[in-house]
Amino acid sequence: MKLHEHQAKEIFADAGIPVPESRLASSVSEVLDAVDEIGFPAAIKAQVHVGGRGKAGGIKIAGDREEAETYAEEILGMDLKGYTVEKVLVEAGVDFVDELYVGVTMDRGKGRPVAMVSTEGGVDIEQVAEETPEAIAREHVDPSFGMQPYQARKAVYDAGVPREFARDVSGILSTLYDLFEERDASEIEVNPVMITSDDEVVAADAVMNIDEDALFRQPELAELEEEAYEDDLERKAGEYDLDYVRLSGNVGIIGNGAGLVMTTLDLVDYYGGDPANFLDIGGGAKAERVMNALDLVFSDPNVESVVFNIFGGITRGDEVARGINEALSAFETVPKPVVVRLAGTNAEEGMEILDTDLVDVEPTLEEAVQRAIANTEEVTEE
Amino acid sequence: MSIFVDDDTRVVVQGITGGEGRFHAEQMIDYGTNVVAGAVPGKGGESVHDVPVYDTVDRAVEAENANASVVFVPPAFAADAIFEALDTDLDLVVAITEGIPTQDMARVKKRLSEVDTRLIGPNCPGIITPGEAKLGILPGNIFAEGNVGLVSRSGTLTYQVVDNLTQRGIGQTTAVGIGGDPIIGTSFIDALEAFEADTDTDAVVMCGEIGGEDEERAAAFIAEHMDTPVAGFIAGRTAPPGKRMGHAGAIVSGSGTGTAESKIEALNEAGVPVGDTPEEVADHVEDFL
Repeated sequence: MKLHEHQAKEIFADAGIPVPESRLASSVSEVLDAVDEIGFPAAIKAQVHVGGRGKAGGIKIAGDREEAETYAEEILGMDLKGYTVEKVLVEAGVDFVDELYVGVTMDRGKGRPVAMVSTEGGVDIEQVAEETPEAIAREHVDPSFGMQPYQARKAVYDAGVPREFARDVSGILSTLYDLFEERDASEIEVNPVMITSDDEVVAADAVMNIDEDALFRQPELAELEEEAYEDDLERKAGEYDLDYVRLSGNVGIIGNGAGLVMTTLDLVDYYGGDPANFLDIGGGAKAERVMNALDLVFSDPNVESVVFNIFGGITRGDEVARGINEALSAFETVPKPVVVRLAGTNAEEGMEILDTDLVDVEPTLEEAVQRAIANTEEVTEE
Repeated sequence: MSIFVDDDTRVVVQGITGGEGRFHAEQMIDYGTNVVAGAVPGKGGESVHDVPVYDTVDRAVEAENANASVVFVPPAFAADAIFEALDTDLDLVVAITEGIPTQDMARVKKRLSEVDTRLIGPNCPGIITPGEAKLGILPGNIFAEGNVGLVSRSGTLTYQVVDNLTQRGIGQTTAVGIGGDPIIGTSFIDALEAFEADTDTDAVVMCGEIGGEDEERAAAFIAEHMDTPVAGFIAGRTAPPGKRMGHAGAIVSGSGTGTAESKIEALNEAGVPVGDTPEEVADHVEDFL
């Protein structure tokens, strides 16, 4: 789960990391109230989960009230890589002389957190990592002991941070690591850390991604989850507690188990179709869950046909069949054609239960996928 | 022969009194697995399917001479359950639990480096040596005894591919689901190494997916160390960057690493044919045999 910049900055500030003064605003008048309090220059920053906001026009620096109004009108409501900007952060502009990168993430290859510092801040750090990996100093942390102070110092000196700022920057890195651990982050970074013309060190941006599996012990962050959804259907999936990713195609896909659902998507693509979504009902799904899944996929106006692919292990075919029957019999006519493929645990029982007036049944994954694609073509022809 | 489990494996089921633990303990017993004990704090002295339950793994292992455990413990307590198992010198721990926080697994992984126990999972379907033993939730009836090894990051994809093999009369030595989380115990390489050393395994299927670089590392291992032919499958070709596709580990990073293309390319370079569909994977295996 990604936090917005303003949410992450609040957490950083509470932990003692210096951040610029700022206000959150969702209307032009709120932006003007904010700049009246903060003064100029002021940065107006779109709060959406999109990388490269600046380049895409989502961040503007206003030098006076008139500019602030113009930029607020431009940015609020704008479409940024598919997401509508509903909120902006209005932040005191920082007069900086240097930009650094500081972050902590999980190195999955090593199975350990890694702390990183680079003097190549303010730019796409992933590009730096790819092209000049030596420009990023890295310290792997033993998760059973946490990051030791010497490691933070070492990273800062190895990165070549000017000595007079070493203490402040290693302080930020240590605090980030502590937050990473305490808040179950999967990624936490400040890019850039700005060194101001007054020789101060300020976190000018903030990225914080939380491990969704750990939300049960992060109640404050779990409350922010609702705001993290960018799409009404993904929000609905959250309410149903279903693993769902919306895509741009017209073949709705429901299955059990992430690998099998991904494979179903891939096969739809392979046979010339276009997947509308990823939807994993998970292991051991009962009838109600199956009904919710169908409701969710039918709610996507792009969906023209649905393929249901179940290979039961822990999931039982008869339960799934009951869910499909119940969900579809609630409609006078089934809204979109549904193809079902049932295999594995209790598949035979499921096949007997399935109401074939409501769905088409195919014996193999390949046939089910091809039938579902053919069904979209029929819909289009109509 | 087989890898990691056989009919001598003696299993403790951690969490045997819970819904999942109870159900799958019975399934394992029905399959012929030696389930010798359960371990659940506070439930010592009870029994489930005639299997005695102990309060601690330690007591279960000592009383029943177990050498493996299967963990069916909810995510909030699962890391603790794995630590407990690792403290008893078992040969093998299989963690089925889905949704263990990554930082908990980082600590488990550190502990793992200090003991001799093998961990499979978490968030995995388990491991099966057809006709001998199954530790986990895999549906036993789709597997058949034979000479093909299988290692996979995904449970249901394992079933799909195994079904394609079994339908053609191709059986398996051992199938192991290593799990879809970012940090796991047994890697592709660990399983491939064991299959390479197993004289009964004549071909191997490796099912990967988007996210991380484990498949790329496995490809390098295959090129350098394996004579046994390997066929591959990679799920998630159509996955968009930045979105978690069900598995916590299945996410293509914004910088383009962990894509299906890079994994398929690495495998192809290592001489591993990668099927576009599970049927094609079975075709490749058939060609090897």
